[in-house]
Amino acid sequence: MTAAGTRAPEADAVGEDFPVKCVRPPRSSARGRAAWVLTAGMAAALVALALLSAGLGAYDIPLGDVLAAVRHRVGLGGHGLDRTAESVLFDIRLPRVVLAVLVGASLGCAGTLMQGVFGNPLAEPGVIGISAGAAVGAVGAIALGLSFAGNWTVTVCAFAAGLATVLLVYAMSRDGGRTEVVTLILTGIAVNAFAGALIGLFIFFADNAQITQIAFWQLGSLSQATWPKVLAVLPCALAGLLAAPLYARRLDLLALGERPARHLGVEVERLRRALILVVALLTASAVAVAGIITFVGLLVPHLLRMAAGPGHRFLVPGSALGGALVLVAGDLAARTVAIPAELPLGVLTALIGSPFFFWLLRRTRRRQGGWA
Amino acid sequence: MRAQCVRCVTRAECRLRAWTAGLVRGVPFPRPGAPRARRRVVPVPVAPGAVLAEARGVRVRLGGREVLAGVDVTVRAGEVLALVGPNGAGKSTLLAALAGDADRTGGEVRIAGRPVGAWSAPELALRRAVLPQSASLAFPFPVAEVVRMGRAPWAGTEREERDDAEVAAALAATEVSAMADRPFSALSGGERARVALARVLAQRAPLLLLDEPTAALDLRHQELVLRLCRERAAAGDAVVVVLHDLGLAAAYADRVAVLAQGRLAADGPPAEVLRDELLSEVYRHPVEVLPHPAGGAPLVVPVRGLAAMRKTEAGPSTAGAIKAAALPRR
Repeated sequence: MTAAGTRAPEADAVGEDFPVKCVRPPRSSARGRAAWVLTAGMAAALVALALLSAGLGAYDIPLGDVLAAVRHRVGLGGHGLDRTAESVLFDIRLPRVVLAVLVGASLGCAGTLMQGVFGNPLAEPGVIGISAGAAVGAVGAIALGLSFAGNWTVTVCAFAAGLATVLLVYAMSRDGGRTEVVTLILTGIAVNAFAGALIGLFIFFADNAQITQIAFWQLGSLSQATWPKVLAVLPCALAGLLAAPLYARRLDLLALGERPARHLGVEVERLRRALILVVALLTASAVAVAGIITFVGLLVPHLLRMAAGPGHRFLVPGSALGGALVLVAGDLAARTVAIPAELPLGVLTALIGSPFFFWLLRRTRRRQGGWA
Repeated sequence: MRAQCVRCVTRAECRLRAWTAGLVRGVPFPRPGAPRARRRVVPVPVAPGAVLAEARGVRVRLGGREVLAGVDVTVRAGEVLALVGPNGAGKSTLLAALAGDADRTGGEVRIAGRPVGAWSAPELALRRAVLPQSASLAFPFPVAEVVRMGRAPWAGTEREERDDAEVAAALAATEVSAMADRPFSALSGGERARVALARVLAQRAPLLLLDEPTAALDLRHQELVLRLCRERAAAGDAVVVVLHDLGLAAAYADRVAVLAQGRLAADGPPAEVLRDELLSEVYRHPVEVLPHPAGGAPLVVPVRGLAAMRKTEAGPSTAGAIKAAALPRR
């Protein structure tokens, strides 16, 4: 039933055909253990933080009540709360937590994939302008009052613009199969500037209500989270998150460079196209609901790489988990440090992420002995 | 029974692909011989002397310059073929052409009997391993993981069970076992070169293409690498190795191919090819070839000092002389 028809006749002279079985090789020990411990730790922390985040805020709901109300909703005992508490928990807090998880996972995962594709630890959707590109699509959709795809319009526009931006950055910053750090960062500056100008142009043509809505993209925030918004990005984010781990092994090989990866049987062109698509999916879904949130995709993969090594089989799912954790924590902080006011989440991540980026730049330069 | 997709790296992907393939069963896949074939043809050992790779009239242009101007080379199982020649002669380009990398403007390259373009990347990876001139790594993988990457082509085949043994053997053969857990980025240039070689050895392809494997190495490890080449050839593999050290080529190669200005100037056993006149022409520097006092193997010695200066000044002119020296070609 198989390849008989597709084999060249000459192949018989040099090969033998036997069924191939699917076996997963054993993991290496110490690194593998670190990865498992980290995964378990992050998952536990994520659950704890999510519950905490659902309870804390301007209107406090005790943890016991949160658990009881959730169990009540899914029909596992527990008890309901009064109307205000129910409304705060299920209409405001929970969609927000779920959205933080989705957006964080998308950003963390996109960062890892991006760094793998470019073979450059400084690549990140925010830094190289993909987030800004996707935001142009989203802002354009709002300012022009587009609604051709209903609830999904903003996501679709963000995706299209994000994809175009990834392709542009990729084409501009690669030379001879390599991406120089300087070229990448400069490309990011140019793309960010152009995207900023386009967003400014849309604001110029927008009316007041649209301007308020647009201002939210530029700061990056989860404050407008609703269940319809969660539904609008869920397919995009899930598709990206489920597809990403399939490329982990090949990303490992890509670290050797494009030619050596091809020598080891990776179809580099195809891999690259697929990964760029996945990155655009993930970034678009994050930007469409939360605006531009930078540095999560830079910080999370880096910390995980330091802790558990650069193997992508852990790093890809791990950075999704870590990104979710960071964003839930960040959103909780953004909501609670200045009660009753609320800090924009994008501002907070940039405040923490920028010094880290600075440190990373210094370290990369020291290692390379200058930018050359 | 359902076989596994060629490119699968995880079980989940395998299932997913098997499932999606089930959806389109009966629909022929667009490219014949493309990697979606549900089985992979694994190479079997061939008799010594069988042709594993050949280049016929290969031409390559890079940046407007003809780097290879019609080169014929045959690579046979069980032999070490050394590619030598001055800088810019086209050695690395010829190696890249044999590997299926270079964009040829003419000629043909066949690997294991098939045109190189007809193989899919995964199938080609089972048939030839390539050591690049310089080894780099984007992320700090530990040495053992880097060497294990060489086993990637065998994922999903029965030989996958030998992964651990092959990795250990390759680490030991290149004397890097002691640094197996250190990150690649923390190694010296010579150590990196040996780790890269270990990765290529672990791939266990019947055709080895090595681009200057000895360039960064000390004397002891240069000899070690060439001994490894000989061992692989004795085991029935074919080894093509780009060398600058003509002494190493003379001592270890079965055949030496001398390249000059994109053409093959000579191709044959070291004793026939490594001659004073030919090498002096090709390298544009006077060279003497002397028999070793013990054993008589050729020793290649560049003429140094005053004599050399006089000889170069009076010395050979370029292209025409090379062609004259190259004839008759084999």
